[in-house]
Order: sequence, then C-alpha cells, then structure tokens
Amino acid sequence: MAKQNQEKFRWDRKHLLGLKDMSRQEIEFILDTARGFEQISTRSIKKAPTLRGKVVVNLFFEDSTRTRNSFTLAARRLSADVVEFTKKSSSVSKGETLIDTARNLEAMGIDIVVIRHNAGGAAKLLSRHIDACVINAGDGFDEHPTQALLDVYTIREVKGTLEGLKIGIVGDIAHSRVARSNIWAMTKLGAEIILVGPPTLMPAQVSRLPVRVSYSLDAVLEELDVINMLRIQFERLGSNPFPSVREYSHFFGLTVDRMKRAKPDLTVMHPGPINRGLEIESEVADGKNSVILRQVANGLAIRMAVLFLVNQGATEQAKKV
Amino acid sequence: MAEKILIRNGRLIDPANKVDREADLLIVGEKVAKVGAVDIECDRVIDAHGMIVAPGLIDLHVHFREPGDEEEETIASGSAAAVAGGFTSVVCMPNTNPPIDEATGVEFIHRMGRQARKTFIYVMGAITKNRQGVELAEMGLMAGAGAIGFTDDGAGVQNTAVMLCALKYAAMLDCVVAQHAQDDSLGRSGVMNAGYNSTVLGLPGIDPLAEEMMLWRDVQLVRKTLVRYHAQHISTAGSVKIIREAKEMGLPITCEVTPHHLLLTDDAIADYDTNYKVNPPLRTQADIEALKQAVKEGLIDALATDHAPHLQSEKELEFLAAPFGIASLECALALYIEALIVPGVLDWPGLLALMTYRPAAVIGVKKGTLGEGDLADITIIDPDAEYVIDADKFVSKSRNCPYHGRRVKGRVEKTFVAGELRFSAV
Repeated sequence: MAKQNQEKFRWDRKHLLGLKDMSRQEIEFILDTARGFEQISTRSIKKAPTLRGKVVVNLFFEDSTRTRNSFTLAARRLSADVVEFTKKSSSVSKGETLIDTARNLEAMGIDIVVIRHNAGGAAKLLSRHIDACVINAGDGFDEHPTQALLDVYTIREVKGTLEGLKIGIVGDIAHSRVARSNIWAMTKLGAEIILVGPPTLMPAQVSRLPVRVSYSLDAVLEELDVINMLRIQFERLGSNPFPSVREYSHFFGLTVDRMKRAKPDLTVMHPGPINRGLEIESEVADGKNSVILRQVANGLAIRMAVLFLVNQGATEQAKKV
Repeated sequence: MAEKILIRNGRLIDPANKVDREADLLIVGEKVAKVGAVDIECDRVIDAHGMIVAPGLIDLHVHFREPGDEEEETIASGSAAAVAGGFTSVVCMPNTNPPIDEATGVEFIHRMGRQARKTFIYVMGAITKNRQGVELAEMGLMAGAGAIGFTDDGAGVQNTAVMLCALKYAAMLDCVVAQHAQDDSLGRSGVMNAGYNSTVLGLPGIDPLAEEMMLWRDVQLVRKTLVRYHAQHISTAGSVKIIREAKEMGLPITCEVTPHHLLLTDDAIADYDTNYKVNPPLRTQADIEALKQAVKEGLIDALATDHAPHLQSEKELEFLAAPFGIASLECALALYIEALIVPGVLDWPGLLALMTYRPAAVIGVKKGTLGEGDLADITIIDPDAEYVIDADKFVSKSRNCPYHGRRVKGRVEKTFVAGELRFSAV
C-alpha cells in the first residue's frame, strides 16, 4: 500500500502550512517518507547528504525547545546548514515586520524557513512574500502540522491504522493549534475525534467541526482507543476559564484511577511539555500505555521527511516554470 | 454675476420631496434656482441624459486620519476621495492622534476641510477625554465650535454611568450621541467574528454579543434620557432586533450600516487577508440577510462607509497585528447598488434617501434635498456604467480595499458642492 502510494503520487508542495487543505494521500505520503528516514537516527553515522548545501532558517518568534531542537537536528541529519533566529514578536506594529525580517534573511540566500509565531496565519503570510520554502512550526491557534503528523505516525506505528479508532483530545481546545491540526489529520485518516474539556475551553461553534464534543472525560473514557492530553497553556488563557488547577485535574486529569477504567491498550499521548500532576499523573505519563517519548523520536523522522519533501516540491515547481 | 449651470435631461431623484422624474435643474451660484423645464441662457450646460441627478451624498462615518496619521490619509486627500465617491458632506470621526476631544480640534478639522475645498466636512467630537471612557470631554465647547455629535468611535463607552452622564449632558446641546457598540470584556482581544471561521483559523473572535450587549444597554439609557442616539455600523441580526424594538418604543434612536456588512462575510478571511479585517468584524450570511431586511423595513436610517484608510505596510502584518479598517469612499455607491438595488431590497429613491436627507436628519443638518433655493450639492450618477474597481487609482492615500478587482455597476460622474463642480469622472 505504502509503496503503491509512492509510485503513483508526485509531491509538488514547496510549503507545509497546515493539514486542513491537505489530502489523505498527501498525509500518507509524508508518513511513508518519514518511515524511510527513521532508520537514519539509529545508524552509527546519523547523517544523509540529502540537503547538503541547503540553508534552513529556524525563525522562532515564540518560545520552543522541543520543536526547534527537533527541526535543527532533522535539518543537520540531512546535512543542511541551520541558522537559528529567535525573536520575541510584539503584537504592535512597531519594529521590523515579519515580512521584512524574512526578506532580509532571504537576501542572504536561504532555502527553507521553519517558522513558529504567536499569530495565526503567520506561516501563510510569509509564504506569500518570499520565494523560500515555508514550514509551519506552529502559528497562533491555527495549526502545528508537524506535531499532528508525528502524532498520526505514532498512532499508525502502535495501532497499525487510524481507521475506525476513537481518539480523545482533552484540554484547552480553543487555544490549541495541536488540536486543530490533529482534527484535520486524524479525521482524514479515518479516525473519530472526541474533543473533551470544559465548555470554556471549546472554540466558537465547535459542533461544526467534524468531531464529537464531551464536557466529561469520564463519560467517554471507556470508548477511547487513543487519548491525547493537551498541555494547559496558562500563558494563553485570558479570564479564568476554570476555577482552579485542582478542579481542572479533578475533571480532566488523566489519573491512574481513570486508566483502570480505560481500555487496557489505550494509547496515551501528550504533545509536551507535560505539566505533571495537572493534566496527567506521573505514573500515567511514564507508564506502559504512554508513547510520549516515542512521539518525540518520531518527530525527528517526520521533520526530516517534511524538510526533504518541501525541498523536492521547490525543485518540482522550478522545473514547471 | 453668479454662474448659471444647467443640468439637462437627467432623471431627477429628490427623495425628501418625493421627486423622481425627468427634469432640468438650474444652478445659480451656490443654490438650486429652478427645477423643471428651464429655458434661459446658461454659462454651462451639462447633458445628463441617462443619468441620475441626485442630492449630494452624505456619509456619516469617515476617518481622515488627520491630525496624526497623515501618511494614511489627510483631510485634503480624504475630501478628494469623498467627492470622487459622490459625497458632498462627510462626518469625520474623532479617533485621530491626538483625538478630537476639544474645541480647537474641531476648529482645526473645519479649517483643513475649508482649505481642501472639496466636500463639506462635519465633525463628531469625542464623548470622553482622550477617548478613555472615564471623564466627559468638553462636549459643550466642541458643540459651540460646530461639532454635530459625539462618539468615542473605535471603542464604545464601556462604563454605564459615564454613558448615562454623556447622554444626559447632551440633552442641553441638541447634538446626537453616537456609539461604536462593543463591550470590551467580550470583544477586546478579538480580531474577527467569533464563529466557525475563527475556530478553524485559530484567531480570537469577537462575539456578536459584544455589540448587542452594549447596544441593548444604550437603548435602556435612551429610554431614561430620551436623548438622540445613533448606533454606528451595526453588524448583527441581534442588533437589528434591538433596533427594531427600540424604534417600536418610539425612542429617538437611529442607526447606520456599512457596505462591507451588507456584502461580505467572515468566510472571506479564509486566507488571512487583512483587507477583510474590520471592526465590527464581518459576520455571517444570516446577519447580512437580517441587515438587508432591516433596510427594507426602513429600520436603517443611513448608509455609511466607515472609510478607514491604512498603510499597505500595516496591512501586510500578521492578521493579529494588522489594524482594523476598509477604505471604500470611492466605490461605496457601487457597492450599495450591488447590495441593495440589484437584489431588489431598495429602488433608487429608497437608496438615495439613505444616502442624503436621512443621514442629514441624523446629525440635525438641513441638507440632502434639491428643492428650489436649496444648496446646490448635487451628485450625477451613471447607473449603468460597468467597471472594475481599481484601488490603485484611488485618490485616497490608502489602498486597503477588499473590493479591488470587483466588477460593479454604477459610477459617479459629477459632484457639485455648493454649486461648484468639484469632481468630474474622466
């Protein structure tokens, strides 16, 4: 199936901006490509010459350790040169604009921009104004496509397929780009999504998304094959959407106790960094059902695949012109 | 001797006087001298065959950015844009930098308007000092300097006691108090309508309730004070309901609606195009239908552009950071035609009523009519001219226009202000 896919399909995107507008075939193609890259990380010489002579810029306007390091490492494993660019973005129109920053970098000769930004749509905006490839490493509450890709990659690894699975996404859905990218990717691959959290952390008209919504974790826990525990992002919360951390944990925390009522093979995921004891108890995060560290390892393969593919897409597009 | 200009053979529409017939119109000096068959020697004759000859259009809501942001618009450039759009009178909003919250500011705007010598300029002063919503601005002194009303536009007056005080105080000034109804506790952090699209795009939303809560509150305050109140740019079906109820109660409440809230929905933001970022935000098709129904029922008193020019460089920012606003003065008439005449919501006299004498009544100005002896503010319109809107050709300084490239029908051919030809299409 995977092989067939690769033979028929020709990748021609030079940007990875989000998964909403991507087809199932494209998503599966990325996953299959990532599988090929997975073994590089297990070799004694962890390097391939794929992107030799290419320059990748990590343009990060928001704090990130995991995603940035993962992209850096992925780019280096493909022999690209990596430039780190970290800047706190301001919400006012003061200082250098995003477009100017990117154009300046581009003038130095870069091939791929990996952007993390606090504003939804920033990656799209960038892709309209520069020639380099753009990879969205998370923009506002919009999308975080490589996170969702590594999530579905991990689920496929554990469960074989997403077809027919019931996947719970628990927590702050309203302010989560991970949730949005997850919804697009997982539904396209045939899973049923159940969003779980207090109504105050659900986005407007959530029922119009291709999902089920539950305000009670206990009500749906036993149905779930996979549970993705979102991090409570205190920095994004405005007026208190829940009264206390204690109350939140009481209703939505993934505890040892709850695990006893879940399916024995429930796959436990978390995009990290985890707040131990808040959304997830340590014993669960470190327990046998948890694939949290596997997600991190798979992230590397996914990001290598994405870097490789957008570069190929740019070459394809250049040919057409 | 005063110049005599004859506009011949046009379809004369003067909604206030219930006139809609083919007639000549004679301008002598600043005034309309005669309507009907004219048979005298004139200095100039304009053949308006196939054209509509209407009272000069009046826009209750423009931002000319001066003082403070002259790179976006000046009173001179905005005035030129106004007459190019057929507007012979406009009302400038006070959210300049610094805001117009004192008599000197009002005088400044008037002076710059006279110097520009294009359109008549009216001014709304701020309700509160520095538009902070805390202390009343010198409304009386501003009224004395010619301000025709007050608003903190760009923001609503949040504090109920302050708003009540402003309405009570305005009772002695015979000025309208206008409101940008938006409850900040519900809407401040938002950048677009709260709904399915904001959810999918991951952008913070402004709930329709933010507008409706404040509008409903204000209706209660007007019920108590009975002071003239004008709801600016209403955008939701819920607001229509509130206005309908207020009017049924016989309260002195008026309201306006913009072209974008009649034509565009938040679906347009799918690609994070900041030219669609506007406040109040673009809503849904159901809201558009409710607003059109309100127009049809006569609940809407005025069509107003909320012409809000911004620099290209500012609109090229992230959607979160880009400023709110749409520049539309020069294409507004064509947009109203598309929104209201084409689908049969209004006929021509109905449309022109909402762009002439009815907005004039909102601000208590005797204008927008073409009776003999009236000031000769006249707009000549070719209702059949088809063209594509080209924002690059705007005389406004700004290009933030989501209608760029839109095919429309209906063009302003000539604009007379006080008997003087101030704009003529090439």
